Amino acid sequence: MMNFIFGKLTLDALPHAWFTIGGTATITLGGIATALLLTKYKKWKWLWEKWLTSTDPKKIGIMYIIVASLMLFRGALDALMIWTQQAMSTGSSHGYLSPAHFQQIFTAHGDIMVFFVTMGFLFGLINFIVPLQIGARDLAFPFLNTLGFWLYVAGVVLINMFFVFGGDFAAAGWLSIAPLSELQFSPGIGVDYWIWSLQISGIGSLIGGINFIATIIKMRAPGMSLFKMPLFTWTSLCSMVLVVSVFPILAVTIALLNLDRFFGMHFFTSTAGGNPMMYTNLIWTWGHPEVYILILPGFGIFSEVVSTFSQKKLFSYSSQVAAAIGVTLLSMVVWMHHFFTMGAGADVNAFFGIMTMFIAVPTGVLVFNWLATMFRGKIVYSTPILWFLGFVATFTFGGMAGVLMSVPPADFQVHNSLFLVAHFHTMIIGGALFGIFAGLTYWFPKFTGFKLDEKLGIYSFWFWLIGFFVSFIPLYILGFMGATRRLDHYSSSTGWQPLFITSLIGFCIIAIGAGIQVLQVIVSIKNRKQNLDTTGDPWNGRTLEWATKSPPSFYNFAIIPEVKDRDAFWDIKQGSRVKDQGLMEKYEDIEMPKNTAMGIYVAGFLFVFGFAMVWHIIWLAIITLIGTIVCFIIRAFDDESEYVLPASEVAKIEEGRIHG
Amino acid sequence: MDKHEFNNEKTQFGFWVYLMTDLLMFAALFATFAVLRKNTFGGPSGRDLFNLQFALTETLILLTSSFTCGLGIIFAQKKKVKQTVIFFGITFLLGISFLGMEIYEFSHLITDGNSPQRSAFLSSFFTLVGTHGLHITSGLLWMIILFIQIFRKGLTDSNLRKLTLLSIFWHFLDIVWIFIFTIVYLMGAVL
Repeated sequence: MMNFIFGKLTLDALPHAWFTIGGTATITLGGIATALLLTKYKKWKWLWEKWLTSTDPKKIGIMYIIVASLMLFRGALDALMIWTQQAMSTGSSHGYLSPAHFQQIFTAHGDIMVFFVTMGFLFGLINFIVPLQIGARDLAFPFLNTLGFWLYVAGVVLINMFFVFGGDFAAAGWLSIAPLSELQFSPGIGVDYWIWSLQISGIGSLIGGINFIATIIKMRAPGMSLFKMPLFTWTSLCSMVLVVSVFPILAVTIALLNLDRFFGMHFFTSTAGGNPMMYTNLIWTWGHPEVYILILPGFGIFSEVVSTFSQKKLFSYSSQVAAAIGVTLLSMVVWMHHFFTMGAGADVNAFFGIMTMFIAVPTGVLVFNWLATMFRGKIVYSTPILWFLGFVATFTFGGMAGVLMSVPPADFQVHNSLFLVAHFHTMIIGGALFGIFAGLTYWFPKFTGFKLDEKLGIYSFWFWLIGFFVSFIPLYILGFMGATRRLDHYSSSTGWQPLFITSLIGFCIIAIGAGIQVLQVIVSIKNRKQNLDTTGDPWNGRTLEWATKSPPSFYNFAIIPEVKDRDAFWDIKQGSRVKDQGLMEKYEDIEMPKNTAMGIYVAGFLFVFGFAMVWHIIWLAIITLIGTIVCFIIRAFDDESEYVLPASEVAKIEEGRIHG
Repeated sequence: MDKHEFNNEKTQFGFWVYLMTDLLMFAALFATFAVLRKNTFGGPSGRDLFNLQFALTETLILLTSSFTCGLGIIFAQKKKVKQTVIFFGITFLLGISFLGMEIYEFSHLITDGNSPQRSAFLSSFFTLVGTHGLHITSGLLWMIILFIQIFRKGLTDSNLRKLTLLSIFWHFLDIVWIFIFTIVYLMGAVL
């Protein structure tokens, strides 16, 4: 009977290791404190009506960014634990983590950083900025947008669920490569948490991808042809095309692994005819394009930043677009370079090696274009452009390491080594994350109405950049010396410890940089009066998002702008098109989507469904699945998901008589 | 272009993108099946298990349902509620019979001891065909919901839009089935 009610969930599963208890305490106390604060200031209703149920992409974007920031903190703690262990654990010392814990921590670090930090930040930025850049009032499918966000949140909560309800985290690496992730070798429920967390949030990303493609293709302002779109919109479109191309494969792969584990089937098992290599192929067919999903929007951010702060038109717009499309296409034919050592044969390896080298061509085009944009520009050295310069250095460096590894015989030497770890961190931190930081600094005034503190931003940049090289150069060297990744202990005769310790020092420098960023936000909020952005255009911007006030009204544009040029807003500013004359009579009724809590309900049901599947609580799984379907049916019967904002209201908001 | 037309276009475009993602999902399942179909692990292969006449009957039923679905849409565009409901009703019945045959086939295989747990080949077979079956099930559920909406409000713009999407979905499932019939059943019986 207990088995029926609770499935595999027992009291033994509750947290008992010091770090899970620590996590549990932090989450519980944080939750209670937040709840108390909300109750004290009577903000529950405000939170629910203005934020959680909102269909406004700007609010959803900010919620994405907040959740991703929290997860960045969580992932960084994992990194600290890994680095500390490796700095300590040599010779007779075995560090402070057991091998089993260490495995869970590096798995958690990878998953959290890729799925819940980088993806979260990118979806946040795209949500906020893309509709503004294309002169749209909303996304094509507002309901799907809140649904996608809440599925992402459900994934975040589910992957951290083991803190509260116990069990272990997955310990099979961030991709849970089979057959290690099969029941035979990973009998605990860690991999099941991994499966359901990624499955649910992955569906969220897929829905988001469809939504943004439809938005960018169908909702652009009149006059904005595809080749007049800003570069950030272009690269977001490329990134979303990759999302819809490969996330279905991820969904299938994870589902098949679940069939193996839950129903005892034999897709990737080492018995009964299963083929573990199939798993590796499928997961990397998704996995390699995924890294370009992460980096492409970053490219777009840099294009915006470079052009704005060089006060120049982007150099060779069309070759930049072509390069972004080239990267998109090539990224889908290189996945096998992740496992040259699997034994696919020389011909296959050679093909994928050459394709991998080709990717350096469009990426090189992009880098040269950015530099050429700066050439003879009037460069303003503010924080975003510093992030860009830091990115050029690290990304070129890491890119060359990548080209080195694209040669299969060379790759055999460094496969699974710390050299590889250093390479992809250079690309993801130096590429995607620096891009995100540049974007967050650049668009911060648009989000909030005031700029971030410039001085602290510059300090934080230098700590990040120096810390980055101090921590990852040693890893490149260690990789050449033969240190494999995911080591929880190594012999003292290797002489690696000083390098590992240097690497830990590098982390501490980065941590100071991150600390300064937190301080930067706090200081900027405190001194916001000095940095107010009253014009909506603090950087002398070129694209349409700067044509709105900061922060924009919920309908973005009272009057949809007519686009005549690539730098649409620059064109408006330069030309004689006067912004405010005689607009009064031109205000029109605006149709806006109503708020809906249905996304929260569906995600809530799916979250409990995932939890029930992890612990084999069958009755709960069936009930929640039915609940999900019922939610969709109720939504299908709701024909009035929009309301009309009359032109007179728009006029009042625009004239500042009502707060928008 | 008025608001209603724009909504139509936007929704249809989004739906097509969704269908492409679904197609990629099937592509991954087909690839898995192609890799694993010889891995019978001493158990039966497709040649031992599949009954071509049975599969052909399923195919004909599904093809006919696509045809009636198409007729239904033509009448829906002419705003003829009665004929629309009749033809979608036939589509629904054909869909149910297809699903019934599939369930019969599956239960038959399982009671004979050829469950998806037996070999990698059977795992991939059940998953590929079963995923299609799940899609058919959700298509049928969607049809029921649309019947109710049409009975309540008639063929409104919004209902017509949903009906069009449903018919695209139904034809899509038909195409996927043609591939299943060819690759799983025909090639399984011959190669």
